[in-house]
Amino acid sequence: MQNYSYILFVLIIPLAVFLITGLFGKRFQSFSGILGTAGMLVAAGLSYYAAYEYFIVGCRGADCTWPSIIAFKQTWLQFSPSLSIDMGIMVDSISVMMLVVVTTVSLMVHIYSIGYMQGEERYSTYYSFLSLFSFSMLGLVVATNIFQMYIFWELVGVSSFLLVGFYFTKPSAVAAAKKAFIVTRFADLGFLAGILILSYYSESLDFQTIIHRMMDHGAPIFTNANTASFMGLSALTWALCLIFIGGAGKSAMFPLHIWLPDAMEGPTPVSALIHAATMVVAGVFLVARLFPVYSQVPIALDFVAYVGIFSAFFAAIIACTQTDIKRVLAYSTMSQIGYMMFGLGVSGFWGSDGLGFSGSMFHLFTHAMFKALLFLGAGAVIHYIHSNEMGDMGGLRKKMPLTNAMFLIACLAISGIPPLSGFFSKEAILTAALHHNKLIYAVGLLTACLTAFYMFRLYFMIFWNKSHPEIYHEGNHGEAPLSMKTSIVFLGLATIGAGFIPFHDYVTAYDTLIVEFHLAPAIAAVAAGLIGIGVATAFYLKSSTMPIKISSSLGNIYQSAYKKFYVDELYLFVTKKIIFNLISIPAAWIDKNIVDGSMNLLSTATQNVSEGIKEVQSGKIADYVMWFFAGAILLLLLVVFAW
Amino acid sequence: MEISAFFFYLISSMILVFGILTVTTRKIFRSAIYLLFTLINVAALYFYLNYEFIAAVQIVVYVGGIVVLILFSLFLTHQVAGDLPSPPWQRLVFALLSCLFAFGFAFCLVMKHSFPENKNAPINLTVSYIGKQMLNYGDGGFVLPFEVVSILLLAAMIGCIAIAFKTKKNA
Amino acid sequence: MPEVKMTYILFVSFALFFIGAYGFLTRRNMITMLMAVELMLNAVNINFVVFNKYLYADKADGLFFTIFIITIAAAEAAVAIAIIINIYRKFRSIDAEDADTLKW
Repeated sequence: MQNYSYILFVLIIPLAVFLITGLFGKRFQSFSGILGTAGMLVAAGLSYYAAYEYFIVGCRGADCTWPSIIAFKQTWLQFSPSLSIDMGIMVDSISVMMLVVVTTVSLMVHIYSIGYMQGEERYSTYYSFLSLFSFSMLGLVVATNIFQMYIFWELVGVSSFLLVGFYFTKPSAVAAAKKAFIVTRFADLGFLAGILILSYYSESLDFQTIIHRMMDHGAPIFTNANTASFMGLSALTWALCLIFIGGAGKSAMFPLHIWLPDAMEGPTPVSALIHAATMVVAGVFLVARLFPVYSQVPIALDFVAYVGIFSAFFAAIIACTQTDIKRVLAYSTMSQIGYMMFGLGVSGFWGSDGLGFSGSMFHLFTHAMFKALLFLGAGAVIHYIHSNEMGDMGGLRKKMPLTNAMFLIACLAISGIPPLSGFFSKEAILTAALHHNKLIYAVGLLTACLTAFYMFRLYFMIFWNKSHPEIYHEGNHGEAPLSMKTSIVFLGLATIGAGFIPFHDYVTAYDTLIVEFHLAPAIAAVAAGLIGIGVATAFYLKSSTMPIKISSSLGNIYQSAYKKFYVDELYLFVTKKIIFNLISIPAAWIDKNIVDGSMNLLSTATQNVSEGIKEVQSGKIADYVMWFFAGAILLLLLVVFAW
Repeated sequence: MEISAFFFYLISSMILVFGILTVTTRKIFRSAIYLLFTLINVAALYFYLNYEFIAAVQIVVYVGGIVVLILFSLFLTHQVAGDLPSPPWQRLVFALLSCLFAFGFAFCLVMKHSFPENKNAPINLTVSYIGKQMLNYGDGGFVLPFEVVSILLLAAMIGCIAIAFKTKKNA
Repeated sequence: MPEVKMTYILFVSFALFFIGAYGFLTRRNMITMLMAVELMLNAVNINFVVFNKYLYADKADGLFFTIFIITIAAAEAAVAIAIIINIYRKFRSIDAEDADTLKW
């Protein structure tokens, strides 16, 4: 058993960088960028080493399962002899994979930001927030204890708030940061309720213990959890569904997705790191971590699957109509995370049934790479054009050749074209869906087609379509600084190469996975992608009037898709008209008049009583004499009768 | 009724009537005069009880000193003209009731109490006896209170002058 | 020993005392309050004298007390008048209701 306690440094280094750059960064602004990048480089190196040790050294040869090892554990709060909150590091196939993903993407974003955020006044603050986020996310993925994960979950939310609201002088950025935090916090309510129910029934907060106890069908704990029911669903089902709701908030599943498009107000590297590759997959990671328990409750898995596929489809439709680059990419992210969710939802547990699980994890890995690449490329374009709108762009392929090539690679990957990595992961998920639920498979296939369509629409409108005159000015800088190019190229290479990692050997639900490669579903997936690409090419390669004709013929449907199906308006309506009027305003009234009023009443009463009493000391001798006389008579009576 | 008892009833009724008039009249000068008469009648009571020395002291000090002092102060503070304002009726009622109640209660106590009889023979209280006892530092002497009261009188005299002294600053 | 019973004279003295008390409670002018105080003191004097005569005829303690009380009453009246004159100079009135600055 190897000693993995060096993983502690993977967590400590970003935390130390956060503290140093946060406290002292103002004095050495540009050095803080180098410090952050260096720290993340070391952390990435340690993660790669850990992955190497775990996956390769840990087991040479076939037929090995990778156990989950506790590398480090510290009891923090002991509630009772059996219940405690520990802080620890769990080394497990998915946590090692996530370590690699998070540190790699974070490293790329650190490098990229050296160029992108150059000249920014709060440069060191930016890097300290980035390090805080990295620390929180890393802590989340190695959590041994569900409460530890919750603590880091909230920390991630805070970092996201800080980073989205980085340009705090823009009111839209502030509003977006608040929205992100509030929506995810609201979802965390469900998460907390789920944690409490789950830990109550399994009498432990530790992941390994919970999984062990909930898998054991004969044990009284499991039957207890399954029989105790509320409104027809067992307690275990409720716990898992509530935990999923928390994950859905963080992963921007419908209907808690409203914060993700607005969170694009943050700087683009932040969007690449947080809202594409790492934070938004935290929900998927949560379900994956508790997957053994989820697999015991089919209702919960179905819930996960349907929410996932609906979000995927919903987001894909909206993405077809948006004109802001980052909004398109945000909805694309939501759609791909929907894929990961329903990949988990259609998965079984044993043997080849677990294809959905490892496919989902594989898609998480590859999606991180190519979505980060897409965002960073979009950032390069925005850096060049100084605008986010697709209407301002067109025909950039000559001016930005490297970005063009990398962006094309990423778009091909997301459309699922072999031999890029996206093909392998998407094909795995769709195959799993085919074996499990035909409806989900059909919708998934349709979504794949839409994905290819809107991604290539984006690509063509940025780099090819020259329907507008060149209204943008070229700054005196070239395509992009070296740091931005470096990170884009690295991610491009990762996108190409990641498909060839034998993922299904490494990351499985339970034991080794026997993957049979079926040709038919693979061809169906590729065909869907090619159809989408073809339609996009027809509409957008050269300027044409087809898009406008189609959008006007679709009329209302197009309009509502463009307006994101009015979900935001619905939320605003519910909060403003219903919650504010029915609950907040009476509550505020009660608080002001009754609670405050009773306190004020207390003080006013005291004041009045004291004013009445102070009249006794009137300064008039005659009054004093009367009191004296009355007291004397009273004393006389007392002495005579009561002595 | 004996003639001496008649005199006693006359003197006491005059005391009480003039006393009541003192405290109830609205004109301040008349109040002072009624006080004067009350004090003279008290002195008459002392004469009736055969305590001539005390009666004399009463007339000299009280009537001839204090009442004159009061009259002087009335003139000094320009109070002689005009009526006294009457106090609020709540105070009147309360004072009347409480005084009546207290008087009734105290007098009932007195009536119920059995006072011990005196077995010894009375002494003859002449002025020489009083004078001798005043400066007697032996048994039954009162030289200490005498000296203390002298000092008190001195202090009172100095105090009065100091309090009522008109400094150059006061207008 | 005069024929009048002691309790009759005590009645007088008590009545005079409470008349003085009533006057002290009721009057608003400071000098009239002083006059009421003098009445009370006189009632006490009568009390002492009566007890000396009827109960302790062989001693003269009551008499001497009366002398001292008269003396002290005189001194006190003098001081009181001095204070009243001072108050009159400050408040321009000797109404007890007007000198009420020593209050809350």
